Amino acid sequence: MAVRPKLVLDNVSMVFETKGSTFTALAPVHLEVPAGKFISLIGPSGCGKSTIFNIVAGLQPPTTGKVLIDGEDATGFIGQVGYMLQKDLLLPWRTVLDNVCLGMEIRGTPMAEARDRAAPLLRKYGLGGFESLYPASLSGGMRQRAALLRTLLVDMDVVLLDEPFGALDAQTKAQMQEWLLQLFNDFGRTVVFVTHDVEEAVFLSDDIYVMASRPGRVIEQLPIDLPRPRDRSIVSSPRFVAMKKYCLDLLHMEAPAAPVAA
Amino acid sequence: MTSKSTAFPSPGPLSLFGARLRRADGPRRARRRLPTRRDWPSWSIVAFQIGFLVALIALWEIGARVGFIDPFFWSSPSAIWSTGVVYFTEGNAFVDIAHTFRSTLLGFFIGTTAGGLLGLSFWWSSNYARIVQPYIICLESLPKLALAPLIILVFGMGLASKVAIATALTLVVSTLTAFAGVQAVDKDQEKLFYSLGASRWQVFTKLVAPFCVPWLISILRVNIGLALTGSIVGEFVASQFGLGRTILYAGQTYEIALVWVAVFVLSALSMVMYVAVSWLESVLRKGARN
Repeated sequence: MAVRPKLVLDNVSMVFETKGSTFTALAPVHLEVPAGKFISLIGPSGCGKSTIFNIVAGLQPPTTGKVLIDGEDATGFIGQVGYMLQKDLLLPWRTVLDNVCLGMEIRGTPMAEARDRAAPLLRKYGLGGFESLYPASLSGGMRQRAALLRTLLVDMDVVLLDEPFGALDAQTKAQMQEWLLQLFNDFGRTVVFVTHDVEEAVFLSDDIYVMASRPGRVIEQLPIDLPRPRDRSIVSSPRFVAMKKYCLDLLHMEAPAAPVAA
Repeated sequence: MTSKSTAFPSPGPLSLFGARLRRADGPRRARRRLPTRRDWPSWSIVAFQIGFLVALIALWEIGARVGFIDPFFWSSPSAIWSTGVVYFTEGNAFVDIAHTFRSTLLGFFIGTTAGGLLGLSFWWSSNYARIVQPYIICLESLPKLALAPLIILVFGMGLASKVAIATALTLVVSTLTAFAGVQAVDKDQEKLFYSLGASRWQVFTKLVAPFCVPWLISILRVNIGLALTGSIVGEFVASQFGLGRTILYAGQTYEIALVWVAVFVLSALSMVMYVAVSWLESVLRKGARN
């Protein structure tokens, strides 16, 4: 018998109705994520990636379908997964340490205990010395680190990451990807990752779901069988390049005929 | 002059420089330096400020004595000074100050607190906010001082009516400011809180309320001025004590020197309260960060 997947989207769809016309944001999607795997969703804007995240996080009820976590119906329940939005959303009036503790605090952990748990992790994952600073004095990369630690510290098995590195420069982004892989190894969570960056998706994932828009849907599931742990040098291996090209071709095929740049 | 012999028709003694700047081919490049700013030493600024004040008072006094200022309407600095001394030694200066000060402070605290809470309460229900909003806007546009005679009738001649007017002035501004703060809360930030499984109360206490604190702090200085205005107008309409009452009484009995004394005391009081609130503001801003 196959191992029960951690997260299942069972024919989840999202249809908006506005005065007579209907708009399908997400055609029925079936998706199974095994425990401890890292999967990525890639696709053009408007393909329903954010809709999937909102539905899984319980922030939006799906039109049809169910979200199952460990086989239990989690549709419409908040606080069942860790969700990191594109922006870091650190509270400017809290120190970095207290920002990282926010999730635990909301879940009822006493603040002193939350701080005790968070402080060693901040030191371990590159935020040592920043604990008592306010977010305004941190660089973009550091802020994302804090936001990600806040997400991981709520002890949810499933973590949703919505383009966490989208706004970072290329060099910081590469550092952050390796940092994320380290966290992924250490924490052993199940990660669903959204990105526009195909190379990022191939580098990080076990599985890539390629999506298309109008209506938003999954067009292909692509297993990435590169060995872990992965080193940066892997990006120039023929296998990596081939998979990246395959993804790009899929995305291009789906994109409307783009006018050739002059 | 050599300018006659140059090919450029630029007149005046600067033409030599002008000619040098031009290239035979190509546009002229403007040579302009960054404007420099010259700061006078602080003592000279203070000297100018004091000098201006002294000159003003001297001119007033001389004018009143020589006769080109009518002392019956404008009084004179010397008369104001002696009236002031009497007002403070024999009159009820301190009683007046205490009354005005007390009603201003009470109105300020009640109006700011109640207004802030009212504004924050709009976060809880958008339906409730939509229902109440037009009333708030009506109250905002209503000249609240016009209600002063009515408020005096309802609350009586004493402290309560002054506090009520000061509260009426500060309450609406505070409400609107807090409501503006509530509306400025980042929706994604709320989304993050809910994704962490937060209750509405947690979102309110850990996100909405702290977010609005700087908005409310920014209104404090405006409100202290408004509260003072409210108290004075209340005293104008009907009262037994207070600086406003003294100003009105002195004006009606043509004691112009006493009007000036009360006005000066009032501005001193206003400045003291303004400085105190500015200090409170800086303390709160520091506190709001922790």
